[in-house]
Amino acid sequence: MSDTDRRPDQSPATPGTKPSFELGTGPGRVLVWFYGVFTVAAASRSVVEVIRGFDRAPLAYSLSAVAAVVYGFITYSLVRGGEKARRAALVCCAAELLGVLVVGAWTLAEPSAFPDSTVWSDFGMGYLFIPVILPVTGMIWLRRAKRA
Amino acid sequence: MLDALTVAVAVTALALAAWCGHAAYKDQPTKDWHFIGMAVVTVLALAQLVVGIVQLARGERPEQGMAVFIAYLIGSFAAVPAAGVLSLSERTRWGSVTVAAGALVLAVLEVRLYDIWGN
Repeated sequence: MSDTDRRPDQSPATPGTKPSFELGTGPGRVLVWFYGVFTVAAASRSVVEVIRGFDRAPLAYSLSAVAAVVYGFITYSLVRGGEKARRAALVCCAAELLGVLVVGAWTLAEPSAFPDSTVWSDFGMGYLFIPVILPVTGMIWLRRAKRA
Repeated sequence: MLDALTVAVAVTALALAAWCGHAAYKDQPTKDWHFIGMAVVTVLALAQLVVGIVQLARGERPEQGMAVFIAYLIGSFAAVPAAGVLSLSERTRWGSVTVAAGALVLAVLEVRLYDIWGN
């Protein structure tokens, strides 16, 4: 596997098939958009929450910040492209899905732990369930992108 | 907030979403006319941003907090142009899907803005 004369956003890992693949083009462009939106949404949410007073719901507010970081990293990986970024994004999508499911179940089981909601509360209901749909489509795309 | 303006932004955003969705259905990228449509929606969103700031300056206060309101105002203004930029370098049907998704996000933001301002 040599990547001598390839641009850094192209992957050296698929020599037999197409010489390169990008994650942020084609259907991936739509994912870049949604992940970008959710990065901004989660980040601005945590900023607003911290302005209002972090002590009101430290757990919920920390989770908002974590969500923002995860979304931001996936957006960056999609834009960067290549095999390493693809794997990293895949791991983050799995973490994201796990986060949505755990936090979603947690908010339903024990609402008192969350005086204020996060992006992932109630399985992302306040965000039209996109937080659940997004990691699943993300993983499907990232798996297909390898074969393309 | 100026309800008429909120409704206007939401309706034009939905129209833009349908239009670009149609282009995607026909396997076409966004074209000049689509960008003019995006410009119209963006101008309306900009007007809303200005009106919102003027109302805040006059001492009126949104029901659910100032910071949230300003964040949503800025988000509404930026949504469609950001999607438009993404579609510029994606000259396939997926660029059209991106703009349609951007316009849908804007419509949802308008509903939230309405709630945040209250009555």
